[in-house]
Amino acid sequence: MTLWFILALMTVAAVFAVLWPLSRHGAYRPSGTDIAVYQDQLEELDRDRKAGLIAEPEAVAARVEVARRLIAAADADASAGAFKPSQSRRRVAMVLVLALALLPIGAGALYVMTGSPQLPGMPLAARVSAPAEASSIESLIAKVEAHLERSPEDGRGWEVLAPVYMRLGRFDDAVKARRNALRLHGATAAREADFGEALVGAANGVVTADAKAAFERARALDARMFKAAYFLGLAAEQDGRREEAASIWRGLIATAPPEASWVELIRSSLARVDPAAVAPSAPSAQGSAAPGSPSPGPTADDMAAAASLPPEQRSEMVRGMVDRLATRLRQDGSDVDGWLRLLRAYAVLGDAEKAKAAAAEARRALSGAPEKLHRVEEAVKALGLEG
Amino acid sequence: MIPEIGHFALVLALGLALIQVVVPAWGARTRDPVLMSVGDVTAPVQLLFVAAAFAALVWCYVTSDFSVANVFENSHSAKPLIYKISGVWGNHEGSMLLWVLILAFFGALVAAFGSNLPLSLKANVLAVQASIAAAFYAFILATSNPFARLAQAPFEGRDLNPVLQDLGLAIHPPLLYVGYVGFSISFSFAIAALIDGRTDAAWARWVRPWTLGAWMFLTLGIAMGSYWAYYELGWGGFWFWDPVENASLMPWIAGTALLHSAVVMEKRNALKVWTILLAILTFSLSLLGTFLVRSGVLTSVHAFATDPTRGIFILAILIFFIGGALALYAWRAPALKQGGLFAPVSREGALVLNNLLLTTACATVFVGTLYPLALEAVTGEKISVGAPFFNATFGPLMIPLLIAVPFGPLIAWKRGDVYGVAQRLIFALGAAVIAVAVAFGIAGHGPVMAPLGIGLAAFVIAGALTDIVDRTGLFRVSFSTAFARARGLPRSAWGTTIAHCGAGVMLLGVMGDTQWGAERIVALKPGEVVSIRHYDFTFEGATPRDGPNYREQIARFTVRRNGHVLGTMQPTKRSFATRQSTTTEAALMTRGVSQLYLSLGDSNPDGSTVVRLYHKPLVLLIWLGPVIMVLGGGLSLSDRRLRIGAPKPARQKTTLQPAE
Repeated sequence: MTLWFILALMTVAAVFAVLWPLSRHGAYRPSGTDIAVYQDQLEELDRDRKAGLIAEPEAVAARVEVARRLIAAADADASAGAFKPSQSRRRVAMVLVLALALLPIGAGALYVMTGSPQLPGMPLAARVSAPAEASSIESLIAKVEAHLERSPEDGRGWEVLAPVYMRLGRFDDAVKARRNALRLHGATAAREADFGEALVGAANGVVTADAKAAFERARALDARMFKAAYFLGLAAEQDGRREEAASIWRGLIATAPPEASWVELIRSSLARVDPAAVAPSAPSAQGSAAPGSPSPGPTADDMAAAASLPPEQRSEMVRGMVDRLATRLRQDGSDVDGWLRLLRAYAVLGDAEKAKAAAAEARRALSGAPEKLHRVEEAVKALGLEG
Repeated sequence: MIPEIGHFALVLALGLALIQVVVPAWGARTRDPVLMSVGDVTAPVQLLFVAAAFAALVWCYVTSDFSVANVFENSHSAKPLIYKISGVWGNHEGSMLLWVLILAFFGALVAAFGSNLPLSLKANVLAVQASIAAAFYAFILATSNPFARLAQAPFEGRDLNPVLQDLGLAIHPPLLYVGYVGFSISFSFAIAALIDGRTDAAWARWVRPWTLGAWMFLTLGIAMGSYWAYYELGWGGFWFWDPVENASLMPWIAGTALLHSAVVMEKRNALKVWTILLAILTFSLSLLGTFLVRSGVLTSVHAFATDPTRGIFILAILIFFIGGALALYAWRAPALKQGGLFAPVSREGALVLNNLLLTTACATVFVGTLYPLALEAVTGEKISVGAPFFNATFGPLMIPLLIAVPFGPLIAWKRGDVYGVAQRLIFALGAAVIAVAVAFGIAGHGPVMAPLGIGLAAFVIAGALTDIVDRTGLFRVSFSTAFARARGLPRSAWGTTIAHCGAGVMLLGVMGDTQWGAERIVALKPGEVVSIRHYDFTFEGATPRDGPNYREQIARFTVRRNGHVLGTMQPTKRSFATRQSTTTEAALMTRGVSQLYLSLGDSNPDGSTVVRLYHKPLVLLIWLGPVIMVLGGGLSLSDRRLRIGAPKPARQKTTLQPAE
């Protein structure tokens, strides 16, 4: 509303700019004439003659010339047609119509066609503090990035950002973040391995020489660093040394703690290079991850594993995790965060039907808790799952 | 809300401009003073609205409002404030807005200071000025709207082209545009004269100072752009005969010619018709220059194809104003009264020679710039016209022009005496001969061109000073008398001398750099030493550093001459993440008016870095020359006799006396 008010004021000012001179009827100022200019020229001629810039005979000739023009100008001034106010009034009326009607209508029409009055201004400061935006992952990343742009020596910032980049598939950025974290916080087995993992991601799943070196450094720091071991196995496989890969992975499975969720991934990798090695006990490992445990979602290792897989396998793995989450929520429906994650996951996977079904289930399961229900409704709205 | 207010302000400015085209012109035809005076108010109010629109856009840039598409595409929230502001005109849409802002400013100036103009002349001038403005407002609103919005504001902008993130380029476009647009005044006056069918004496008075003002800004703008290219692009050159540069040089040459012919017209009422044509041509070239640079027409004909609406709009504007003005000229000019007569050998004649040489030079640049473009458009064949063409055509035209420069101010109006003038220039000629000899002595076996060029420069400078020496009687009368006479000389005389000296100084710089400069390109590892002329450069190593929105690699060099350390030079290479591009920041060491120039190239895998080294004798004079020219222009502009609307002291005295 304020906008329209201001625009209206501006229009009034524009119209007034035309009306005002029209209203000064007859009060027009006298205009400059040629006579004054010629008089100046005569004075100038005198100055030039005194300074010796123009010789005496030429000066006389020029003086005659200017004087002749001066007389002609005076004559023209006297014979100029007189101005008739009666005719002027008719013209002024027409200009009034032009200014009062056409200017506002034309300007308004042009603006409505090309402008966007419904959009508020969105300067950076307003957008950063806007609560609606704060929840979007993109804006969170941007905030951290902006912070790091100002203080690039903040290692913790890079550590926070790196896994997010990995999840979003921005591997080049992830490499940069991991490298900075390494540089600023010093080398540990985990950081070296994470760095290598980012390099693998950036190379589309190929364990490059740089990545391999990083994993080897990680192993050197901590021989039990399973992620590094896994990728070293992958490197061996990609180099065609299947035997070596199989032996590394077999060793990993043997030393794995029983509850480790990544064992399944290694088993399937092992099956690629050595089908005979797959133990019949495989399904039991899967069970260890999900039931009952209020796990907050995929573990970092899950993500690490997912990142290094080829795309089809990756989405398969993601689907597996989503299904596990759905099963768990069907058993225990009170976990509102779980529901929200499930809704988002379906939405991201493009499975609108399943998302809607899950929303309905969530409403049923949370019917006793209005607060939680409200959050679900909001998520439904935000994800565009209504109707 | 702010961007929408800016948008609407621009729409209203268009509406006012249209009214200002129709009403004052109608008033002039019917000799109706009420209608004619409408422009007096609409012109300043138009300026207010455009200024509001421009301020709104600046505000959007400063606050990083990325809901404005133009801001999103050309800004970044981490950019330093000065480049946020300069980013406003670092792109097509914003620069067009700056253009109309300056246009509206000049229109308002005519309205404000034009009280001593005949009413109908002023009304017509304002109408023509408004028609240019209206065409540009419409162009901006229809094809290049800087206030186009994005419904979802992106979080971060795409950043300004890093090459443009430089102080030199922050002020270069405004200077250039004040120059371009300033010529619109003489254009409007020329068209108004053609419409009226007569050239008043007041008309002649007005054209010169306005042309001079515009010319000064254009000179500064071009010099600034040239210096920027010199230190930013890393090639050590000061002029590339690049189409974009030529686009600004053409109006400058035409403007220089206009300036000189306007002198003849103002003083002796001659050459009126020719001055009108020059005024039209100068502004036409300015229009062409604006569009060539900003629309990408020059760099690629295909830019037209990718954005046809914009291209066709531009073509329509160019055809309407240039074609229309020339057609009007062809139709009405024969009806204009010719001015005073003069002998071929006279000040007027000298200025005609100046005009002929300058317009021919302008034509060669025009052909060299547009011929490849036309050829590509017609046959698809790509040719490149570079420095060799211009050196072979433009250069030879400049030699007679510069030889003639000292003669102009010395020769008398109406009928002159070349022989007498030549006698008075004998000292200047002596200075030139000495300069040639000294240059030969210093440079020894260098290129022959250089000493001759230096001699010509000395002739121009000494010749320009001869005029002042003659008129003050220095060396003939006592110093105090000469000093008193010097103070009594009109400032325009000083202006002429100083501006002509500036041309000579610039020639010195061009000769020094192009003929005596030395250049080396080497790959260096830390610790290695490279020499050029008598200077030794030790590469100490390179370190990375973080800037506000870039990372840079700073290389350090210690400079020695005969073992004495002169200082360090730190050329850098900046990489900008947002645009994925790098810029070079050359290091300059000034020695008198000469410079040492270092710029970094690529890094090799073996750890060495490619370094370009230049020794550039007298190079600073290239830009000092134009600055001196502008000083001369300023002096001439400040000459009391040229001040617009200045009250006449004599008359004031008589009106005041009875009150005592």
